[in-house]
Parts: sequence; structure tokens; C-alpha cells
Amino acid sequence: MALNFKQESFRDDYTYKNSAEAIKRFPFPFAEDQYMYSVNIEPHTKGKEGSVYEFPFDIDEHYVAECKDRAITLAEDAGRYQALPHMMDAQWDFLELAMESLANDYPEHFKLTKDGSTWTWENKPLEILDTFTFGDSSTLPREPFDYMGRQVQGDFVLLDQRDETLYADAGMVTCQADWSLAFNVGMSWREWHGPVPRATELGVMDRALKYLLNLQLANPVRRLNWTMTVNPRLDTSPENYPHWGGDRNKVNAENVSDLIHLRVELQSLFRLPRSNAIVFSIRCYLMSLKDIATYPRWAKRLHRVQKTMHPDLIEYKGMTKFHPLVVEWLSQFDDGADLGIGTEPE
Amino acid sequence: MNMIDVRVAAIEQVTPLIKHFKFVKEDGSQLPAFSGGSHIVVALDAEGRTYRNPYSLMGSPTETDAYHISVRRQENSRGGSAYMHENVSVGMTLKITHPVNLFTLAKMAHKHVLIAGGIGITPFMSQIEDLNRLGADYELHYAFRSYKQAAFVEELQKACGNKLHCHSDSDGHRLDMEALLSNQPLGTHVYVCGPSPMVVAVLETAKNLGWPDSNVHNEQFLAPPVGESFKVQLAQSNLEVHVPAEMSMLEAIEAAGVQAEYLCRGGVCGRCELSVLECDGGLEHNDHFLTESEKASCKKIMPCVSRTKGKRLVLDL
Repeated sequence: MALNFKQESFRDDYTYKNSAEAIKRFPFPFAEDQYMYSVNIEPHTKGKEGSVYEFPFDIDEHYVAECKDRAITLAEDAGRYQALPHMMDAQWDFLELAMESLANDYPEHFKLTKDGSTWTWENKPLEILDTFTFGDSSTLPREPFDYMGRQVQGDFVLLDQRDETLYADAGMVTCQADWSLAFNVGMSWREWHGPVPRATELGVMDRALKYLLNLQLANPVRRLNWTMTVNPRLDTSPENYPHWGGDRNKVNAENVSDLIHLRVELQSLFRLPRSNAIVFSIRCYLMSLKDIATYPRWAKRLHRVQKTMHPDLIEYKGMTKFHPLVVEWLSQFDDGADLGIGTEPE
Repeated sequence: MNMIDVRVAAIEQVTPLIKHFKFVKEDGSQLPAFSGGSHIVVALDAEGRTYRNPYSLMGSPTETDAYHISVRRQENSRGGSAYMHENVSVGMTLKITHPVNLFTLAKMAHKHVLIAGGIGITPFMSQIEDLNRLGADYELHYAFRSYKQAAFVEELQKACGNKLHCHSDSDGHRLDMEALLSNQPLGTHVYVCGPSPMVVAVLETAKNLGWPDSNVHNEQFLAPPVGESFKVQLAQSNLEVHVPAEMSMLEAIEAAGVQAEYLCRGGVCGRCELSVLECDGGLEHNDHFLTESEKASCKKIMPCVSRTKGKRLVLDL
């Protein structure tokens, strides 16, 4: 089924909106009334038709607008894309995985034709048509990860595996929840997870690392992460903090349900074949509190989770300023009914 | 685990003890690309049991029309290598895993010293393809008893040129490990695959000479965690389950129709943890999840990888 791509913005006038279908397929992350970090990793297997888990890389109605927003961010700050020299095999691995997935899963929109090492890639929504030699960067307009990373929704980090750990040695990061690729590039697993409160003490990070070091080809895994963002803004980066940090002061009881968005990251990890690297995909979904509340079960659940949130996590996720307003607004929906376990909207 | 169906396309007797097998995908499509040093696990159903043996992939990682492995007939084989030699013929179909790499090249090394003993040459045959393609600085030392027993010397000469150094015992050209490892530039990584005494010699020599651990690599084939067969009682289900030697406890529980939690099936995520109600005799904890004190307490077990040697095991399931 062909997707209808919207014209909308993720900055300035913020015309981003979710359709009713987009709300229904939102990957709501809370299956229980309380939240704490855990190794919530599961196999990234094919999910229900129409769900965000149906395909390895989810493309939705926001695809064209997101790619445009990414291009704006990259044009303003080239440092949002980085690749260390030893990651060239991983770059080609990424290009292959993304092109094959998109062409296979969305044939109305993407087409890949191979004639030996001569490949032709057609991206209809972005009006791209290129023929190139697989393995020869000089035949592409940009290096392979830069070229293809711009054509898939979500941020991507390529992890090199050595010395029993993972190094973030390449990345395209333009829709991040307040972390910096320029700061993290070249860091090891423990270095870049150092600031996460409580998780290290729980042993979560060491267990997750062991799990990922054993990640196998054709057996990708996924997890959900979340935070809250004022306005539907993709680029909440430290580099551009002056453009969005102050928005936290504009939230009040009247506008909280329009301004505050639950920001869910569908994080998936794939082992790459030639490089033995791992691609870490961070696919961002933004949903306003008002849209979430169209499903009472979600509104009640979100109220309970937020009401009992540990203060360290509220601070770490940058929600301290507006968090009481969120809990207060959500409380009107919560009748205390038993919701059972599960993330479904109804 | 997703398995790949392959057909045996060719078999070649390379030396009196070594056979080279060529696999192609049964449906004629391309196999996955892989990285130098990768292995696959070949599953063989024979004589009422399943053998799962790991073999290094040889040949170019970018050539995905076929996979190549070599099998040396082991003298004290439990059956896997003998079965490959005697019963596997051209045209047969087998199941293999996707490639796994536990013997990767260090991409940031300034130089690579590869040391192979006998059939231990196989993982290097794909690694040299990567090294040649990347234009990396390397030397390959190949030690064997005699040229008659050495596989693939001609191919290696073609691929490596003067980077190949052969060491034949019968000609008295033994590899001098200390001389080799004493004179390497900073940033060199050394890799060894071969008989256990050779691996130990390289590791010890490197340690004595002050090589950092992170620059010394060896191939350790993962044997699947098999053990003795045993029986386990499931208290809630009121069932007794027989766990055969080559099956995990989790697989046996599932085969008995009992739903058990699981996620990674590799002993790290913690999801399949079960409470031990009664235990007579030792538990064999193979997981990385439980702490040492938890393992010692015999109160928890991870059925995906762990087993028992004891007489009685009762689980809260």
C-alpha cells in the first residue's frame, strides 16, 4: 500500500501532525504502571501488519518531511555526520542493508537493481536515481553511509566491535534526545553510557553489552526508549540547545497537552556482514499528550508511570521543569481502573 | 536461530586427512557476505542425534555464490568429522547457521602477524582476502609437519606472495616464536589458530615479551554447551522432563509442551531465570547472568545454557 507523505515542519512553525492511523500505531512504551530501566531487548522479528515492527526499517507518513529536516540540520552543522576511516566496510554494509530492506518492504517507493557490482537505486519520494559501483565510494555523490543515512528515517550509529566492547565509530545523528555525536564518536560502550543514572548500578549496561557482543547476523534485536520533548522537534541536540532549551519555560497548564510530546525511540541493532560491525538504529516517534489521550488506556497508564517516576530519571531526561504539569493534566483521565499488562491502545 | 539450507556442490580430498567442501544455497540465491575469520555451524542429523560442528569459512568474504569449509578427520572424533568425511556426498542438503565471527581482524592494527598450525590455516584464508583488499601490512606464518600434509600452500603463495612464510617440521624449519614476536613494530596484532600447544606457546611468549592482551587473538571454537543427560521435575506443571545430552534444558522443557520465558537463549539477558526448589548434586552454571554468590547458592538457574550433574533437580515452573 502506498504511503501518503505529508508536507510538514519539525521546527519554527511546527506544522507536524499525526493522522489517526499514525496515533494508533504509535509504539507506546509502558506495559506496566511503573517504569525502571531493564535489559528490555527482544528479537527484532516481523510484527503485525501495519505496526511499526512490520519491517526492519519503518517508513511512515512523515518520511519526506523528516528527510528534509535532516538535510537542513546537516547543512547547518556537518559534524552531525562522522565516520572514522576504518569504518568504510561498515558503511557499505549499512547501505546494502538499508537499500535491500526498503526496496523489499516498500516496492511502490524504492527500487534496487543489481547487475554484478553495478547497482541502481531509485528513491521515488525523494526523487533520487543513481547508478554506482558497490564498494567504490567515488561512484556515489557522498560516501555510502552519508548517502544512504539521509534516506532512512531515524538516527544511525555504526559500532565497531573490538577489545570485548563496542565503539561508536561512525554516526548520522540529527534527531537525538540531547546527546552529541561529535562528543561521543570514538567512545566505548562504558564511556558513552557513563551518565545514565541507576542503570550502571543495576548491572543493566554490562548485561546489555554482553548480549550485543553476541548479536548474530540475520537475528536483529530491538528495544524502546523514551523521553519527553517540548514541541515536535527532531533536532533536540546539545549543539542547538539555544533553539529549544528555553521552550521548557513556555509550558503551562493551558498548553501542556499540545506542547509536550512523548518521544519514543524504537532502537534496533543489526549485525553487519562484511565489517562485523553493528548498526544501531534510533527511530524517533513523537506524539502529543492530547493525541495520546485519544486512547484512555494510554492516558491512564502514562499518568501512573509519570506519577511514580524516580526523580533522578525526571532530571536525566530533562523533564524537571514541566513534569508536574504533565502529571496534573493526565490525572483527569485516570479513574484507577486495573489496566492489566500490555501496551495496546485499547 | 535462523538456519540456511545448503547443498553440497563439490568435495575435494586436499590431503590424506583433509576434505574441502563447497556449499551453495539450495534455492540458488546468494549467501550472506561475511567478515574474514568467520565460522558457520553445520548441523548434521545422523544416527538419531544432531551434530553441530563449527567450521571456519575459507575463500573471499565478498564471494557469496558459495561457502567453502575444510574438515580434518579427527583421530578421536565423537563422530562429527568422521561423518563429514564418510557420509556427506555431493548433492546432499545440510543446514548451516549464518556466519559468526569470534576471530576478527583488529581494524586499527598497524600490522598483522598471522600464525597457523595445520588445519588452523582455514580462518586465515578468508582473513588474507580482507587484508589484501584493504592493503594492510601483514605476514602469515604457516607451520605444518610436512609439505605432503599441508593444505592449500599453492593457493596461499598465490594470494600472499612473499608475505607467506612456511615452517615445515620435517625440513627442520620450526617456527621460532620468540624471534617472531620479539621484533614487531608498535601497534602490531598477532593471531593464532592451531593445535592447543601452539596456541598456548604464542599466548605465553607474547605475555613474557610484554605484548598487551588486547593485541593477542586466538580462535576458540565454541562447542555447544552439551553435557550428560538428566531429568528435571517441573513442580507447577507436575511433569518430569528428560534432557538429552545435546539438548538444552530450555529446549527440552519446550519440547515437553511447557511455556517458559526466554529472550537471548545465550545466558546473558536473565529472562529465562528459574527458581530451584530442590537440588541434589551440583548445578552446572554456564551463564554470564547470575553472580558468583547466586550460582553458589543453588537457588536460581538459567535453563537456556545451564545443566545439572546431580541426581535430582526440581524447578518452580
